[in-house]
Amino acid sequence: MYNFTYHRAGSVDAAAAKLAEGDDPKLLAGGMTLLPTMKQRLAMPSDLVDLNEIGELKGITVSGGTVTIGAMTRHAEVAASAEVRQAIPALAKLAGLIGDPSVRNRGTIGGSIANNDPSADYPAAVVGLGATVVTNKREIAGDDFFTGMFETALEDGEIVTAVRFPVPEKAAYCKFPNPASRYAVVGVMVAKTAGGVRVAVTGAGPCVFRQADMEKALSSNFSADALSGITQPADDLNDDIHASAAYRASLVAVGAKRAVAEIA
Amino acid sequence: MTAETGIGARVTRKEDVRFITGRGRYTDDINGHGQLHAVFARSPYAHARIRSLNLAAARQAPGVAAVLTGEDLAAGGVGALPCGWMIHSRDGSPMKQPAHPALAQGTVRYVGEPYAVVIAASREQAQAAAELIDGDFEELPANVDTGSAQSFQPIHADIPNNLCYDWTLGDEAATDAAFAGAAHVVELDIVNNRLIPNAIEPRAALGDYDPGTDVLTLFTTSQNPHLARLVLSAFVGLAPEHKLRVVSPDVGGGFGSKIFIYSEETVCGWASKKLRRPVKWTADRSEAFLNDAHGRDHVTRARLALDADGRFLGLKVSTIANLGAYMSTFSSSIPTYLYGTLLAGQYTTPAIFVEVKAVFTNTTPVDAYRGAGRPEATFLLERIVETAARDLGMDPAALRRKNMVPRDAFPYATPVALVYDTGDYQACLDKALAMADYDGFPARREAARARGRLRGIGLSCYIEACGLAPSRLAGQLGAGVGLYESAEIRVNPTGNVTVFTGTHSHGQGHETTFAQVVSDRFGIPLDQVEVVHGDTAQGQFGLGTYGSRSLAVGGSALMKASDKVIAKGTRIAAYLLETTPDDIDFEGGVFRARGTNKTKTFGEIAFAAYVPHNYPLEELEPGLQETAFYDPQNFTYPAGTYVCEVEVDPETGGTEIVKFTAVDDFGQVINPMIVEGQVHGGIAQGIGQALLEACRYDRESGQLLSGSLMDYAMPRADDLVNFDLDVVRTDCTHNPLGVKGCGEAGAIGSPPAVINAITDAIGVRTLDMPATPLKVWTAMQAGNAAATGS
Ligand SMILES: Cc1cc2nc3c(=O)[nH]c(=O)nc-3n(C[C@H](O)[C@H](O)[C@H](O)COP(=O)(O)OP(=O)(O)OC[C@H]3O[C@@H](n4cnc5c(N)ncnc54)[C@H](O)[C@@H]3O)c2cc1C
Repeated sequence: MYNFTYHRAGSVDAAAAKLAEGDDPKLLAGGMTLLPTMKQRLAMPSDLVDLNEIGELKGITVSGGTVTIGAMTRHAEVAASAEVRQAIPALAKLAGLIGDPSVRNRGTIGGSIANNDPSADYPAAVVGLGATVVTNKREIAGDDFFTGMFETALEDGEIVTAVRFPVPEKAAYCKFPNPASRYAVVGVMVAKTAGGVRVAVTGAGPCVFRQADMEKALSSNFSADALSGITQPADDLNDDIHASAAYRASLVAVGAKRAVAEIA
Repeated sequence: MTAETGIGARVTRKEDVRFITGRGRYTDDINGHGQLHAVFARSPYAHARIRSLNLAAARQAPGVAAVLTGEDLAAGGVGALPCGWMIHSRDGSPMKQPAHPALAQGTVRYVGEPYAVVIAASREQAQAAAELIDGDFEELPANVDTGSAQSFQPIHADIPNNLCYDWTLGDEAATDAAFAGAAHVVELDIVNNRLIPNAIEPRAALGDYDPGTDVLTLFTTSQNPHLARLVLSAFVGLAPEHKLRVVSPDVGGGFGSKIFIYSEETVCGWASKKLRRPVKWTADRSEAFLNDAHGRDHVTRARLALDADGRFLGLKVSTIANLGAYMSTFSSSIPTYLYGTLLAGQYTTPAIFVEVKAVFTNTTPVDAYRGAGRPEATFLLERIVETAARDLGMDPAALRRKNMVPRDAFPYATPVALVYDTGDYQACLDKALAMADYDGFPARREAARARGRLRGIGLSCYIEACGLAPSRLAGQLGAGVGLYESAEIRVNPTGNVTVFTGTHSHGQGHETTFAQVVSDRFGIPLDQVEVVHGDTAQGQFGLGTYGSRSLAVGGSALMKASDKVIAKGTRIAAYLLETTPDDIDFEGGVFRARGTNKTKTFGEIAFAAYVPHNYPLEELEPGLQETAFYDPQNFTYPAGTYVCEVEVDPETGGTEIVKFTAVDDFGQVINPMIVEGQVHGGIAQGIGQALLEACRYDRESGQLLSGSLMDYAMPRADDLVNFDLDVVRTDCTHNPLGVKGCGEAGAIGSPPAVINAITDAIGVRTLDMPATPLKVWTAMQAGNAAATGS
């Protein structure tokens, strides 16, 4: 690890102020992604602005058909939340499938979506459930938030404060984990929402994406059968030591079918 | 007392209190006064010539005490790291051993190879300075592939075809004749996948030279500190043996990877002498991935000849074994004498011939890893036997039973140089099949099919040779060291006992097992026995812990030493009780004049020995302390049957192990709980190899792609199932405890059982390990394509 200056922010505004000052500052949330990178000397931020003491970023509220999760809420809290389990069981399940217990006890939803790892789970929830990302500056539609591999719509100095999930009619998440990291080789979130059917796929491509053919088929017939014959093209999918593009494409179809079967 | 804590009792491990409460003391917990920290500069290339190293900036960086290179080591008289087992090729020529300098000189040959070391006041300063080393490298073509290594340009200029040796064992003419007369020949190509050890405690070293006494103390994570001292003094030349103390405190796992003499320990020891300050290094996980000796990595073609009834007539095996870029300490012996000799397995195959070509590649050196050669042999044999059964349409269990060495045929001499002393393979098989409800499998398969799952069952009947080894035999086969073991028992004046063993524990619970043996023999409470190991300044020379040898060989030495203690105690008791030694019985901690109620307790005899006021000083020395060295007559031969049952998800290729049965014959068992723990860990490791652990190098660049736990999957509890264990007992005939060794069996026996089960489930002939969902899915796709003719 290289040396850096550590700041503990007491509020979002204070964090934003610190972010504006530093040379190459970074926010520190759960640290599950950032700290290993720093320990391996692959990142050398000048300043770390720690969000862990900011109360306004923590917690879960459910009201008016919306589940709002503060950016600093840990995966384990979402997984265990009775309210989330009641309102969007698929979201609680997804959080409970992230990594391992220590990762879930530290990692946060804000850190996860800001990082936008191509095989992270939360992006599938944000896009698949049509969520809205709230920052200290604006609100960003989930569909517009993830712009590419490890890329988001966040601007310099912008802090995710919460994610608002509209409660869907029904939703299910099917994940095929990497046996080593437990990240998603493929994860598929299928939801029937007020705005229509959504199928969001993570892990398979460089960035989370919606599977339009499947959404269309499910819109007219929300059943696993409706998906038979619909294949996911492998062309632009990830190909690495864990899974070929063809295998990932196949898992997208299997995952979507299983998710639908769970709730149809 | 004896029944609760003696031989055969499930005693809770004595060492666990300190381990579980965080009071274990590992190498990294030890610090020297004024200690410096070493950070190694490691090759970013799989193969490159070092044109120049500009060290000026690193040397001037804050806190830096020294920056040293391979040339500095050579100038300082540090020798190359030796391989301690000479193998001869079939033409009689000696193996070709390339120089293995502790820090590369002129050329780097694998990613992660250390070529310089920075020693600074803090680890951070050393890291920062290491980044300032300006190396000018000329990248050279690299090869990481085992199968094609012989046709690649030489990695070591003086070693043509990258061939270290071309070794054979067995009678080729007889084997060819067996094939000529065979009704069936089954052929199988088998890859035994390279594994990365990943002990939970990374390797570490602290060199601490005392200029006052001229003694260099090396604290290090070694499974065999005495051997480390011998090699580092006699071959590497760090210090004369009497001026070198090697201390290996608590060690957090090793699985073989901590047997070897590595660069980092050597450099820390030497640098401490040079700088006259303690020098410390602790590996991080990335370094461990790149630099700890890897395991396995064989490519094999095997052929099995059978007669019309399914009797095995001959086995012919041709293996290419990857040694990596250099020869690690025992690397040459693993794919030869620990592999070829095991190819008879549990069977009476009359003719066996094996050839092994050991090759160099631009990869991390390969050496012993839990099982070491025996898992490779077992995997090959149990895969081809299972395949033969399927090809012939026979029940795999029946085919095995038909060919097993009969229980009345021991001692049994195999055609590949071993003599099995005892065993009951049929009993293990029968018990395992009953426990696994083998007969009920077809119904379970049907039920699974109804649930859309493919269920398969696989067997593995393994044998291994443990308890390394008769020294004379090892010497004849090329070993550079003896392979006896030692024990010293010091009965203290107050009657409790300190035991020094030449072995060491890196998780096996020796402090408990050996204490049970001693407490049982002397009839004293378990907590009156302290086991000390791991420090060359405290105990006598010993060879260390590997090859499941500690109890079979070290425990035998302990029995011999305890015999001597009892013999002397008997003479002291005879004097005190005014009778002759022949009339003294010793039982339950009490010496008794036979036929009388005159007794002396063990403690009274100890006291008399150390306070010899009333003592036969004319005939006997005072004191009660005995040492014994034990050199075994033979290996020991644990054996057993493992049954694995899996369900495969046909859509994803995901495999779930739904049932795992293991019946082992370890001879007498001292502590069943510890033994079960060893079997559990071994099976988990074998399942790791079979399903999860994929070591991957990039074929072009030679970079290790699976260089972290994010990409290299180690088995976790939720990958496994509750194992059903039991034992069959035939005691080893040639050691005093009748024990055989249990440390590696699980890792040896389980991989073929798993792969046999998966291939049974999905109906394919070959499937390489690890059988990841991708591989299983791909195999099924190929099978379906073949079935539909596309
Ligand atoms: C072993 C392991 C397994 C894992 N498995 C999974 C898995 O299965 N599925 C999965 O989805 N993830 C997985 N992860 C990732 C985990 O979920 C991380 O917690 C997550 O990616 C990052 O969250 P964090 O809170 O730790 O963020 P940090 O590491 O603290 O930060 C990550 C990045 O986000 C930025 N950031 C943090 N908070 C904010 C904010 N509020 N606004 C703007 N930027 C911010 C930081 O500056 C940094 O650049 C795994 C991680 C590990 C180590």
